[in-house]
Amino acid sequence: MLIYKYLTIFGRYLILMGRTFSVPERMRMFFKQYVKEMAQLGVNSIGIVLLISFFIGAVICIQMKLNIQSPWMPRWVSGYTTREILLLEFSSSIMCLILAGKVGSNIASELGTMRVTQQIDALEIMGVNSASYLILPKIMGMLTIMPCLVIFSSATGILGAYATAYVGHVLPPDDLTLGLQHAFKPWFMYMSIIKSQFFAFIISSVSAFCGYTVEGGSVDVGKSSTDAVVSSSVLILFSDVFLTQLLS
Amino acid sequence: MIEVRDLCKSFDGKQVLKDISTVFEDGKTNLIIGQSGSGKTVLMKNLVGLLDPTSGQVLYDGRDFVAMSKREKVHMRREMGMIFQSAALFDSLTVLENVMFPLDMFSTMNLRERTRRAMDCLDRVNLVGAEEKFPGEISGGMQKRVAIARAIALNPKYLFCDEPNSGLDPKTSLVIDDLLQGITKEFNMTTIINTHDMNSVMGIGENIIFIYEGHKEWQGVSSQVMGSTNQRLTDFIFASDLLKNMRQMVINGTNSKL
Repeated sequence: MLIYKYLTIFGRYLILMGRTFSVPERMRMFFKQYVKEMAQLGVNSIGIVLLISFFIGAVICIQMKLNIQSPWMPRWVSGYTTREILLLEFSSSIMCLILAGKVGSNIASELGTMRVTQQIDALEIMGVNSASYLILPKIMGMLTIMPCLVIFSSATGILGAYATAYVGHVLPPDDLTLGLQHAFKPWFMYMSIIKSQFFAFIISSVSAFCGYTVEGGSVDVGKSSTDAVVSSSVLILFSDVFLTQLLS
Repeated sequence: MIEVRDLCKSFDGKQVLKDISTVFEDGKTNLIIGQSGSGKTVLMKNLVGLLDPTSGQVLYDGRDFVAMSKREKVHMRREMGMIFQSAALFDSLTVLENVMFPLDMFSTMNLRERTRRAMDCLDRVNLVGAEEKFPGEISGGMQKRVAIARAIALNPKYLFCDEPNSGLDPKTSLVIDDLLQGITKEFNMTTIINTHDMNSVMGIGENIIFIYEGHKEWQGVSSQVMGSTNQRLTDFIFASDLLKNMRQMVINGTNSKL
């Protein structure tokens, strides 16, 4: 019975995505919405991305220095492990989990409120494909802005690590630089961006589905917002396992 | 003209609309009245295609809306305007942008022409000066007028209003009623209004359909309401003792009891 329920939900999700990925009725209106969504979902998230990345970068560096560094280890190991953690997992997966909370709840509550206040019905009555008009710019906007957020996150995380070296004197800056540059594989950066694209799609489409299909009132909008965050987070964690296996 | 033939609608086996057949005429304010839960909103949602009927036909000038393909329905909907109970204005857009929205989406006009058309619509509903405000900054009555302006922006042939007076004071309700009747005559539209408001029934009801427990109980014009012998209709319209006494006095041709 549970499988039947989940298959039904998945079917409804696919139908909604089918409606979403249709040619926009007016490209001018689509681009207007697309730019707006990039600003609302992406640019407005830069602050939290930078803040969290900076402190997590600093904390990772301190933890590596305190718990891994030993006389038996090369002196670049703290910088090396900090870079690998930031690049491979933090800036793509963990950052997307954080964004699932911020952006996912934003999308679900916005669309849910539009549903219960009949704004989506108003669009349908006008003959507008409401799914395409409302959801497609969100998905495209997230896909566009996500690589920028990943790069900013990695860069700020490394800045945080340098802060521990220069300000906290946890380790010599030269050792950190050596570790950050040691055996660097550019593919890891691309891998991080590719993973984040999948996660961006999950966050925007799943949250949009949760919000768009709300039935009821304000309590249901709140519930859909929670569902959006939980579902997106679980799917990100699941897909992270497969993507990491696939891309490594 | 919109013709409804043997329309039925069921939800999970429970029949909400039962064999409704009626005609909504051009250039007239057609009112659907009935108690809460009688099926008025379900009937309207079936008319505009937000719900699919279980059986029956909805004919727009002879074209069967129910049998239309999705693409045909989308084109058909561009001939419709709708005013929702909650006004359903887009929160993130200003009053002017709300009215311009259908024009932006479907017209081939340039920006200046679209703006002029939207301003004309706002002028028609006496809202010039409020164009830069957001829906959250204006009163309920003004929101309804913006919704009317948005609904008429593309000169629709059919106008649907779901309880346009709900939540408004009697004076503002009269303004909305006058507007709806005015634009119906001006643009020769087929206007269908779901209402509970007895002022509307008596004031602008040129074709009234009374729905009772999902079926059409009575149909007529406002002048026939007073003398109707349909007990369910008179119980609904003249619900209070005051209204019952007034009706009796009108029928008796005396005002001595007043």
